[in-house]
This record gives sequence, C-alpha cells and structure tokens, in this order.
Amino acid sequence: MFASDVLVAQNIGFAIIATIMVVGALRVVTTSNVVHAALWLVVVLAGAAAQYVLLAAEFVAITQVLVYIGAVMVLFLFGTMLTRARIGAESDLNNKNWFFGIPVALALFVAMAMALDSGFGSQKMPADPAVATTQEISDQIFGPYLLPFWALSFVLLAAVVGAIVLARRD
Amino acid sequence: MFVNQFLVLAAVLFCIGVYGVIARKNAVLVLMSIELILNSVNINLLAFSMRNGSLDGHTFALYIIAIAAAEVGVGLAMVLLMYRNRRSIDLDELSEMKG
Repeated sequence: MFASDVLVAQNIGFAIIATIMVVGALRVVTTSNVVHAALWLVVVLAGAAAQYVLLAAEFVAITQVLVYIGAVMVLFLFGTMLTRARIGAESDLNNKNWFFGIPVALALFVAMAMALDSGFGSQKMPADPAVATTQEISDQIFGPYLLPFWALSFVLLAAVVGAIVLARRD
Repeated sequence: MFVNQFLVLAAVLFCIGVYGVIARKNAVLVLMSIELILNSVNINLLAFSMRNGSLDGHTFALYIIAIAAAEVGVGLAMVLLMYRNRRSIDLDELSEMKG
C-alpha cells in the first residue's frame, strides 16, 4: 500500500469518527434522559480513543478506554442511580435561561476557529510519525516529569480520601 | 492529515461542553459536560505532540486523564451529599451563599 493510500484512509477514518463524536457530544448536552446522556458520552469517549490511535498515541488510547469508559462511566451510572429515584426522560434538566449557552458557545467557536485558521492554516502533520511506545512514555513520566507524577499521586490520594469522607453516611 | 482538522474537532467538542455547562441544571450532566471539555484538551495535546514530534503531550494527556478521574470521584461524592441533604441535584437551588 502506498503512503498516499494510507493518508486517504486516515482522513476517511478521521471524518467518520469526528462526525460520530460531534453527534454524540450534541446528544450528551441535549438529551432529556440522564442515562442516555451517559451512554452517548461513552460514544464520544470511544471516538476520542480512536482519534488518539490516529494520532499515534496507543498508550493514551488504551488508558482512555480503561479509565474513562471503564471507571468514570461506572461512576457516572452509579451517581445517576444513587441520586435519581426513577430512570427515564425528565423535563427539567435545563436551566430556565439555557438559551444563552448557544450564543456563548457559537461566539467561542468562531473566535477559536479564526485563531486556529490564522495560526495553523494548512500546516500538515508529519507524513510518517513515530509511534510513541509505552517504554518511551514511561521514560518520560519517570524521568523529566517525575515531580508532576508525584504531585499527581498526592492529588489522587487526597481525592480518594475526600470522596470517602464526603460520601460517608454518619 | 492537516493539523487543523484535529484542532477544529477539539474546538467543536470544547464549545459543546461549554454549552452543556451553561445550559444544564442537573449536576451529573454538568460533570459530563466537563468531561467533554477535558477530552477536547487531550485531543489538542496529542495533536500538538504529533506535530512537534515530541512525547510531552502524551505525558500531559495521561496526567489529565488521572486528574479527570479524581475530579469525577470528588464531584460525584459532592452530588451525592447534595442529594442526601436536599433531595434534589439541581444546581440553581444552591443559593444559600447568595448575599
């Protein structure tokens, strides 16, 4: 297979996945059922993992599937289950002035699109990028980025203790 | 592949997330919108990482995933506490601190 064929296939894959992700994201913020929103969020997160594979980031893609789709989604579904007596469509999930979100989001998008267009124009990705191996990433994490990793483990510890303290019943 | 196709996708997801944070009243749905925003940031980091041929973006994307997991844990514990005290998780009813 020639390199240009691979590039065409990558672009088609990108377009399909991007469309699915945008539709899923729109359904997350518009659906009237909390459980459906969680399941549409799974679609978006899985699409993001696929985009990470396209961006030659295997390890991050696998971590995305494990942590987000595996753990965070279960947390969301449990949160929905524990805070809602009934599971089904509801009418009052939006603020009463929810309409103002649309112009804010559109203005933000126009600003960012103009900045991206003037900043990166038609720059292309490198034709044959090196795939990041897990070994290289671990050399990064346990080498120059060891201190943030340390801080991160303290943040996780504090978050776990805090979540238990908050949710404990007494 | 253009650099911009990934960046524009991330911008679209970011704006949808911002809309969700503004428009939604239910606390769990606001947390989900925040997840959309964090994911768009991750796509950006990895796109720049590929463009520059460096691995720093991968490292920070992994750190952001870990922070997001911690944030969801604490956030849902707070939502649970709110539901236990008030029988409702609507954010616009939390107005005790209004002066």
